[in-house]
Amino acid sequence: MENFVEILPGLTFYTLSAVAVAAAFMVIAARNPVHSVMYLILTFFSAAGLFVLMGAEFLALLLIMVYVGAVAVLFLFVVMMLDVDFVEMKQGFLQYLPIGGVVACILLAEMIMVGAASLVNPGESVKYATGGTSNIEAIGNVLYTQYAFFFEAVGLILLLAMVGAIVLTLRKRGGVKKQNVSAQIARTREGGVELVDVKPGEGIGS
Amino acid sequence: MYEFDFGQLSFLIGEIVLAITVGELLLIGVFARKHGASIVRYMSIAVLLIFAFSGFVFNDPGTAFDGAFISDAFSHYVKALIGLSAAAALWFSRDWFKQEGLDQYEYSILMIFAVLGMGIMVSSGNLLTMYIGLEMQALALYVMAAFNRDSLRASEAGLKYFVLGALSSGMLLYGMSLIYGFTGTLSFTEIGAVIGGGDNMSAGIIAGLVFMLAGMAFKISAAPFHMWTPDVYEGAPTPVTGFFAAAPKLAALALITRLITGPFGEMQHSWQQVIIVLAVMSMVVGAFGALTQTNIKRLLAYSSIANMGYALVALAAGGAAGVTGMLIFMSVYLVTIVGVFAAILQMRTREGALEGIADLGGLSKSNLPLSLILTILMFSLAGIPFFVGFFGKWSALAPAFDAGLIWLVVIALLSSVVGAFYYLRVVKVIWFDDQAHEFVKPVRSLAVLSSFAAILLFPVLWLPFVSAPALALIETAAASLF
Repeated sequence: MENFVEILPGLTFYTLSAVAVAAAFMVIAARNPVHSVMYLILTFFSAAGLFVLMGAEFLALLLIMVYVGAVAVLFLFVVMMLDVDFVEMKQGFLQYLPIGGVVACILLAEMIMVGAASLVNPGESVKYATGGTSNIEAIGNVLYTQYAFFFEAVGLILLLAMVGAIVLTLRKRGGVKKQNVSAQIARTREGGVELVDVKPGEGIGS
Repeated sequence: MYEFDFGQLSFLIGEIVLAITVGELLLIGVFARKHGASIVRYMSIAVLLIFAFSGFVFNDPGTAFDGAFISDAFSHYVKALIGLSAAAALWFSRDWFKQEGLDQYEYSILMIFAVLGMGIMVSSGNLLTMYIGLEMQALALYVMAAFNRDSLRASEAGLKYFVLGALSSGMLLYGMSLIYGFTGTLSFTEIGAVIGGGDNMSAGIIAGLVFMLAGMAFKISAAPFHMWTPDVYEGAPTPVTGFFAAAPKLAALALITRLITGPFGEMQHSWQQVIIVLAVMSMVVGAFGALTQTNIKRLLAYSSIANMGYALVALAAGGAAGVTGMLIFMSVYLVTIVGVFAAILQMRTREGALEGIADLGGLSKSNLPLSLILTILMFSLAGIPFFVGFFGKWSALAPAFDAGLIWLVVIALLSSVVGAFYYLRVVKVIWFDDQAHEFVKPVRSLAVLSSFAAILLFPVLWLPFVSAPALALIETAAASLF
């Protein structure tokens, strides 16, 4: 048992790394784009586990929240943009159970291993900066002070990215019918109705 | 607790002005419906001019944010050139975009963002600052290349530029991570201290340096990283190409200069080899690639590749003399390029804009002033004596000659002779070919801008009371790096 506790962090590291590499390979090897996204999530998850092992729990959280969160959106895009046949996919639902189950089991095992590694060796895996401040606190202390310039400049890049995306995609479409409420209300009988005196036998020629 | 020093903000006053104005201009552009594009354009030109001269007005060297942002004579001079050429590019874009029905205020906004990024690049004293500045300008340039999004070629240009730019960013980042890993710091001065007298050079630092230089070579389109240049120059709207050929090149060259004089100053024998290889390949590719071109924008793309080669020859010499040579060469080049593109934008018939070299045929019979201007500009680009371009090339090659790189100078001269062929071919088409088209009367702003550049290049910059202060300014700028 002593032995096992000692090798646990190393074992966790190699498991996580191997899974990350294998899943990254499967991202490009999988035929179904939806499977690729699943493997991508697995890759991110393993990388997050590696961050926890290094004592960077803030980065691990970011990776899961931002990437896995963003990947969920990406997943939606894939499903919407690609011509994925849902009927066919639903028919094979049970057929996909094994592969989904394998991914889920690996995720579960990874979480348990990371948790166990930090429990048995508290000083080893999650390291605190001097003064007992956690990672998140330490980053918060410098992000808006010493690194304010970088923070603001990166914010400007995001604004620029937004402007650029809108410039390249927003187009004014001709022939779009919009409701103009004030014009509708301002309509009078004179403008809307025309009385024509029709003579018998002639009709209304234009 | 960390005390934030507000006094240090005075070092980046130009950038702050740009950043605040860009937000306001966005709002103005949204709410001023009818004349939004014009209002935003004139305000942008004004703010770019303020940015250009802010360095000289608040002329205090120093650093901000723990050395991450450097303000010195070098950054002031380079920013002045960048601001002026961007303002000129915005000015000559006006009529082209109006005639093509593309007059949107976002173009000015993107231009300011690009200049802001370049300002950060030129002043960077830290790998993080450098990367943020580089990405900001690159992102703005990608969008500008694809600005005419209904055109297949412009979209292709934007996409190609984006994909290859992302690749170069990857290489740059890989180099940076190697440098960070082997030195343990992001700050330029501390990297320099770790490298010391060149004794602590590990293979990792050299590999990182090479990757960083390769990433930067993409940005200045030095061969063998030039493949995107002709397609992007041809596909992008002509005023955008005019901007691409000028300010971004200077900004990236200034950043390379900062790297090889600052943190890697002690590793001259390492970076010199890389710079020399880039210079030789760029000059040869630029000279021979341009020979068969029929489109004038593609011709200028190869011309810019070759000219980056000459600028790198000056840098390869190292020392204050090399930096001075590079700055003189680039200043002359920027004036020429602005003039050339202002002249090319006048190639317009009733049917639309033209880009072929053959379309210039017999221009001397229909439009004598424009043909004189183009002739002066081409002679200057070819480096024929008594035009300022000759002096620019002389200043670029002289430091390399003094540093003992004689064979490099010989290659530069030979490729310059090949280059003279295609510049002179344009002149021949203008004066001796049959008339191809009757161009419409050019707009006044373009005529003024192109003749201004031509007059600067033919006698004005030779006048001693103009050239002496300019040279003094450049020498102070170069000296501030050492």
